[in-house]
This record gives sequence, structure tokens and C-alpha cells, in this order.
Amino acid sequence: MLELLFAPRWSPYLAGAGIGLLMTLAFLLSNRPIGCSTAYLKARGMLGRLVAKERTGAMEYYRRFAPTVDWQFMIVPGVVIGAFIAAWLSGTFAIELVPPFWAERFGGSFPLRWVAALSGGILLGFGSRWAGGCTSGHGIGGNIQLSIASMLASAGFFIGGILISLALFGIPWGQGVWGLVGGAP
Amino acid sequence: MTLEEIRQNRPLQTGLGLAFGIVFGFLLERGGVTEHAVIWGQLLLYDFTVVKIMLSAVLVGMIGFAILRSLGLAEPHVADPSLGTHLAGGLIFGLGFGLLGLCPGTVAGAIGRGSIDALVGGAVGLVIGTGLFATVYPRIGPWGARTGRLPWRTVSDLLGGVNLWLAVVPVAVLILVVLGALEYLGL
Repeated sequence: MLELLFAPRWSPYLAGAGIGLLMTLAFLLSNRPIGCSTAYLKARGMLGRLVAKERTGAMEYYRRFAPTVDWQFMIVPGVVIGAFIAAWLSGTFAIELVPPFWAERFGGSFPLRWVAALSGGILLGFGSRWAGGCTSGHGIGGNIQLSIASMLASAGFFIGGILISLALFGIPWGQGVWGLVGGAP
Repeated sequence: MTLEEIRQNRPLQTGLGLAFGIVFGFLLERGGVTEHAVIWGQLLLYDFTVVKIMLSAVLVGMIGFAILRSLGLAEPHVADPSLGTHLAGGLIFGLGFGLLGLCPGTVAGAIGRGSIDALVGGAVGLVIGTGLFATVYPRIGPWGARTGRLPWRTVSDLLGGVNLWLAVVPVAVLILVVLGALEYLGL
């Protein structure tokens, strides 16, 4: 058992079951699913209030999601801390500028990677609020309630993600699903 | 302290949010999904870690939620589904998911393990992107809600209004079949 505390990787089934239990506990103690995208919106709303208090306060969306430090906001700093503890305990914490997987395809240029990551982040933020949730809120929290909206959103996450990843990196012939379908060089 | 008092206590809830986040981040990191390569491996359909984590989380959480519902301890938080909101928003999210190689939760996890592009690219972009949506929400929100509306809110409705457990059982079987197939195929 103690080795688990320091093991860098857990079985995906163990990590997944843990997340399922955590979601159940969130429903019990806080009566809502754990979601992440709202926290970024709240951060943006708080910044907006610093710069343009009245304009931000008048916006309909910030009246629906009040920009305050609350349960939903604290999830994201919590995730940073929790992942840091996990990485630190297993000795895998390391500063990384450009992900190696990206560098292999597009080179180690940080500005190029930054532009891609920033654009990706903007699309994630815009899309998650449009869909009303992200991979946590819809993908897990909504799907456990057998929500059709969450299933549609999850389908969108993966269809969009698969298409753009194949466009960026090309089809990895011979690996995974592509090894099963055979064909091509 | 009763359950209702716990749920209404705002400072306690703020602390609970942090605590849930910490455990969630720990599990995401140990599951491996805070690494861009694992997410891209899933989106390129050769590393099924993300699907395995999500399906096992849904399997366990679905049963947990159904038990809470049966005991009257949780209320559903389910949106009215429409293609204009959920599929359209989901597809835009997907483009960001593939460009960044992380999602809003795993961005935070990647920051925790030392990823700089997640911090100065992904997280900054998320703050900008959610703000952009807040600006256009008065136009996009109502359009999405009335475009391609679907009549069922949950799988129970889809199956003709059956009891929650009667919907949970077939979905659980389906998840086990998919997970079994992934193992059988060595994915």
C-alpha cells in the first residue's frame, strides 16, 4: 500500500475509480459535480471587476456565475496543489517548457508552442462555457447522472480533439487502433 | 452538523472545494493524464488511458450517484440538451483540447508537475476564452438552447421514463463491455 503513495503512475482503473468515488463525495457534501472551467471564468470576472467594475457587473453571464472565491473557484488551485504533491512524492516534478511530444513534431521553439497552447486554451475556455462544462463537469460529473447533454458534449470534445490531433500529428500508422485496421506504410 | 448545514456553510464549502481539488489533482497526476503525450496519445487513438480513467470514473460515480439519489441525498444537475449548445460547444472545446493537449482540469494538473506551456499558454488562454464567451453569451446562449433541441434529459427519459437504476444497469454493462474490449484488443 505504501508504495502506491510514491508510485509515479497508477493503473488507470484505480485512478478512475478514485475519481468516481470523489465525484460521489462531492455530490454528498456539496450537492454538485466537480467541474473546472467555471474557475477560469470566475478568475476572468475578478480581473474584469478590478479594471472595469461597472461593465463587468452589468454582464449577464457574471450574474449567473458570480466572480467570487468560492467552492467552484477553489477546485482549480486545489488541482495544481494536488498534482504538485503527487509529482513531488514520486520525484517526477520537473520544469518543462515545451512538451517533448510536441517538440518531436514541431521542434523545441517555445514561442511557437506558446502560441499553440494559448490558442488551445482560448478555444477550451470558449468551448467549455458554450457547452456548459468540460471533461470533468460534463465528461465525468454529467455522465454519471446519465445526462444526454453531457454525452453530446463529451462526443464533441473527442470528435473535435481527434480531428485536430490527426491534422497536427498525422495518423500514427501501426499503433493502437491504426495497427488493428492495418494498411498504409 | 447536518448535511444541509454542511452544504449551506459557505466558508466550509470553499474549503471543501480546495480539498476536492487537491484529491482530484493527485488522482489526475497519478493517472498520467496531466501529461500532454497521454492526452495526444488518446486523441490519436493509440493510448487509451484517458478513456479507461473516464469510463471507470463514470462507472463508479454513476453507481454512487444512483445510491445517493435512492437515499434522497442528491439532486440531479442536468442541462436541457441541444446540439446548438452541447455538440457545438463541445466541438470548439475539442479543437482546443487537441491544440493544447490538455483540458481545463488537466491544465491545472500539468502546472502542478512543472509544465510552463500549461501555465503561460493554456491557463492564460482559458481565462481569456471564458471571458470572451461571457461577452457573447447574450447572443450565443439563447441561440444554442433553441437550436437542435433534444427531448430527453437523461438516459432514463430516453428509455421511456424508466427508474434510474433501470438506466444505470445497461450503461454499466456497456461500459464494462467497452473496457473489456479495449483490454482484449490490447489497446
